[in-house]
Amino acid sequence: MSGHIVSPKLYYGIFAALLVLTAATTGAARFDLGPMNVVIALAIAGCKALLVALFFMHVRYSKPLVWVAAASGLLWLAIMLALTLTDYYSREWFPAPRGW
Amino acid sequence: MSDPRVSEARGALAHHFDDLEQQHDAATLGMWVFLVTEIMFFGGLFLGYTVYRWKYPHIFADASRHLDTTIGAVNTAVLLASSLTMALAVHAAQTSRRRALVGLLLATMLLGSVFLGVKAYEYRDKYVHHLVPGVDFVYEPGARPQLQIFFLFYFFMTGMHALHMVIGIGLLGVIAALAWRGRYGADYYNPVEVTGLYWHFVDIVWIFLFPLLYLIGAHL
Repeated sequence: MSGHIVSPKLYYGIFAALLVLTAATTGAARFDLGPMNVVIALAIAGCKALLVALFFMHVRYSKPLVWVAAASGLLWLAIMLALTLTDYYSREWFPAPRGW
Repeated sequence: MSDPRVSEARGALAHHFDDLEQQHDAATLGMWVFLVTEIMFFGGLFLGYTVYRWKYPHIFADASRHLDTTIGAVNTAVLLASSLTMALAVHAAQTSRRRALVGLLLATMLLGSVFLGVKAYEYRDKYVHHLVPGVDFVYEPGARPQLQIFFLFYFFMTGMHALHMVIGIGLLGVIAALAWRGRYGADYYNPVEVTGLYWHFVDIVWIFLFPLLYLIGAHL
């Protein structure tokens, strides 16, 4: 069988790290850091998601094809976010012609 | 690795696969392709949230203060614990420990149910405070009309997440019943593993929902 067997000790360690990061994001949100609030929140969430994907979901031990599938999901997501947000960001630069 | 003839005799290897390894890789890849479609599904919701939060940042921050940060954080911990028991369940399957496997699957279902119970309590709290768009939404004096947009995203995103958890708990129930009958072991545990992938993915969605919904008004 090709499945990699991860030591339960590692799972407990990852779980502890996830709890610490949850406490960290909850604590950091109480301070007014301006635009850094959302940056910190998303950075911590990204780290937690990465820990879950790499270890709980075994991506770290998976074959390249699984990496390609996971990365393609993030790629299409990035395209969707980037194209839509550039539209909203630039929409008011040139007022749309009225009357139709 | 066990004797392939024994595994075939147990019916673990489907006839259209060459060997168990190929079958395992196909199952894992298939689940990941499905999860990519799920990333796009939830991605659309996160995108809509981003557009409106960008447009009304202060109203979103104000609205977020209606959510209880402590309950959200504790529920996050409950969900993370359910991911731990799920990961340990896959380990139990890989090491052919049937009783541990069934116990850990039931623990995962229990923790998932606790999460949903807390969510139901929160929904009830929002209903009591007239914060459910389309059902019973009453503005506090001076509140801006866009306040409803935040709660629309709150209910739709957490509702879709909860629906995924209900489906996940159902899947785990089927897997636990089959595990009890001795269907899974070191040579064959694909259903346990791919259900785990799904469960962890739903966990990841919540990892992003928690700070984006509960924490954006905590500094006010």
